[in-house]
This record gives sequence, C-alpha cells and structure tokens, in this order.
Amino acid sequence: MIANLAQLAAEETEQNPLIPAGPELLVGTIAFAIVFFFFWKKLLPNINKVLEERRAAIEGGIEEADAMKVEAQSVLEQYKAQLAEARHEAARLRQEAQEQGAALIAEMRAEGQRQREEIVAAGHTQIDADRKAAASALRQDVGKLATELAGKLVGESLEDHARQSRVIDRFLDELEEKAEATR
Amino acid sequence: MSDNGCGFPAPGLHSFLFKPLATVGGFEFNKVMLLALITSLLVVTFFWAAFGKAKVIPGKLQMVGEAGYDFVRRGIVYETLGKREGEKWVPLMVSLFFFIWIMNIWSVIPLAQFPVASVFAFPVVLAALVWILWVGLTFKRHGFVGFFKNVTGYDKSLGAVLPLVMVIEFLSNLFVRPFTHAVRLFANMFAGHLMLVMFTVASWYLMNSTMIPAAGVSFVMTIVMILFELFVQAVQAYVFVLLACSYIQGALAEHH
Repeated sequence: MIANLAQLAAEETEQNPLIPAGPELLVGTIAFAIVFFFFWKKLLPNINKVLEERRAAIEGGIEEADAMKVEAQSVLEQYKAQLAEARHEAARLRQEAQEQGAALIAEMRAEGQRQREEIVAAGHTQIDADRKAAASALRQDVGKLATELAGKLVGESLEDHARQSRVIDRFLDELEEKAEATR
Repeated sequence: MSDNGCGFPAPGLHSFLFKPLATVGGFEFNKVMLLALITSLLVVTFFWAAFGKAKVIPGKLQMVGEAGYDFVRRGIVYETLGKREGEKWVPLMVSLFFFIWIMNIWSVIPLAQFPVASVFAFPVVLAALVWILWVGLTFKRHGFVGFFKNVTGYDKSLGAVLPLVMVIEFLSNLFVRPFTHAVRLFANMFAGHLMLVMFTVASWYLMNSTMIPAAGVSFVMTIVMILFELFVQAVQAYVFVLLACSYIQGALAEHH
C-alpha cells in the first residue's frame, strides 16, 4: 500500500495540471478561432442586419401609424368644418326662403288688395254713372210726364218755362229728401 | 489506476489524462481535443441554423439564438464597455461565452462527461488572447508612458506608498490577473469534474458492497452535483466574459 501511494505520488508529480500541454494549446486556439471566425465574419453581421431591419420596421410602423392618426384627425376636422358649414348654409337658406316667402305673400296680398280696390272703385264709378244717368233720365221723364199731366190737368201750356222747371225741380228735391230721410 | 488497499478507484489527476485516440505524425490527438473541436462545430452549427437565414420575424431557433446573443451583447458587453466602445468587441465576447459554455457543458453529457476547460491549456489560450488584446489596446490608447501609468495604477495623490502600489499593481495587472483569469475557469471545472467522478464512481463502488443505502446517497449526490455543475458551467462562462470585458474597459479608461 505504501508502495502504491508512493507510485501514485510519483505519477502525480510528473503530471502538473497547471502546465498546459503544447498540442492542447494548439487545438484550443484552432477551436476558438473557428468559432470566432464564423461569428465575426458571417453570423453576427447577419443577425445584426436583421435586428436593424426589425428595428427600422417597428419604427417605420410606428411612424406610419402616427402619420395615419394625424391624417385621420385632419380629415375628421375637415368633416366637422364641412358639416358646420353645411348646417350654417342650410339655416341661411331656410331663413332666406322664409324671408322671401313672407315678402312674396305680402306683395301678393298688397296686389290683391289693390286689384280689389280697383274693382270696387270701378264698380262704384259705374254704379254712380248709371245712377246719375238713370236719375237724370228719370228726372227728364218725370218732368215731361208731370208737365204733360199738369198741362192736361190745367188744359193749357204753362207759360213760364223757367218757373215750371223750378217747380218740378223743387218737387223732385223734396222727394229726394224724403227718400234720404227714410233710408 | 492502482488499487490502494480497499480497491476504490479514487479519482485524481489521472482522471484528466487521456490516451491518444489517434497519433498523426507524433501529434497525439485525444478525447479532450476532440471535444474542443466538436464544441466549435456545435456552436457554429447552432448559430448557423439560427442566424444563417435570419428573418425579421424570427423562427423559434432564431429567437433562442437572439436571446443568447442579446444576453451577452446587452447584458455583458454594453453594460461594461458601453454601446459605442463595446460594439466592436461583441463578436469576441459572444464567441468566448458560447465556446466556454459549451466546453463546460460536456461535463454532464453522457459519453463525453468531461469539461474541456478542466484541462488548463484551454482556459490559458482564451485568457492569453484577452491579455494580449488588453496589452495591445492599452498601448494603442495611451502610448508607452500611458501604458505604464495605466498598468501601474500611477496616482500622485498616493504619495509615499506610490512606489509600493505601483509594484503591486504592475505585477497584479500584467502577471497575476491573466493567470487567475485562466485558473478561475480551469479550477472550477476541474473541481466540478472531480466531484462528479467521485460521486459517480462511489455510487457504483458502493453498490457492489454491503452499503447499498450509501450508494443511494451517493447517487442522489451525483444528481445534485450535475444540477449544480450545470449552474457553475454557465456562471463560469459568464464570469470569464465579464472579466474580459472589464479588463478591456480598463484599457479604454483614462489613467488616473
């Protein structure tokens, strides 16, 4: 057993784990160089490009969304402005129409009034004229008849024409006054 | 492997030695080297599948790849170096992270069952690479005097202790730091592997004895250790890359 231990000790002093062996250093270098080479030249540039693209895509998307939001806002405002304008316009038109309608009705009413008055006036004038004509015709006829009747009653023609006509006129005036009073 | 009395094949340094699988012109190609190369192949293949035909709307594989990529890029590089300075270091740090992580994961993969980083040469290569880049960058940024000031932590306000600080900082930055950078990863994986081998072999060994309940305990411990190792593997990859970034950041910073 002691011999065995001594043998072990001898073996282990021969092998110092803190002295790196040449071949292993070489292989270690090569192995790491392979990894580094691929990462450096191919893999990391590859992924960096993609990460950059992704970042740009995300930023682009955000920018696009922002732009769309702004546009939507402006369109909405435009719509609101248009709507308000349209309402205003409608109100204005309604007001105008009302005013115009009122003016038109007033005008028509005035016109109707005028025409009515004209017609009434014309009617009055006609009636007056007719009445006057009738009155004068009547007066003549009545005068003639009365004169004839008087002449026949008297049996002679009245001398004084002037007086005669005055009597008739006075008589007729009295009649007229009576008629006025009874009316 | 020698029986030491009780016949328990205890794991030890010999667990980290492999007979060559093939010898080409005196070059002994062993299992660890094979695993390292398969690591490269796996990492490149996975990310080729994920990012080879990358799309703006990602597929599942691309999503997973992007999550991993983003974790290193934003979570480590941008955090330490900033977006502007950090951008050109991203490929290196991403490579480092996934290379180290997959190298470590072999620890719990059946048949492989060996973390490549538990062989010191592999962390050494990576730490040396970071160290060379750091030295080169410091020279480039600050010139010869600036490099010296940066590396020694030159600060007049320290007064009398300045020479002492300068010596310590010089040794620390130029020699101790790259060494610990490599050892941190190596030792974690080395210890993890020892523990796993310990409990695995013990489970098997105790099964053949009269202590079957102990075998059960050992087996449970194996499972627990596998889960723990999965965690440590990722953490160590993360820490290695984080430190690499912080060293680079030190080179970029103005010396005080």
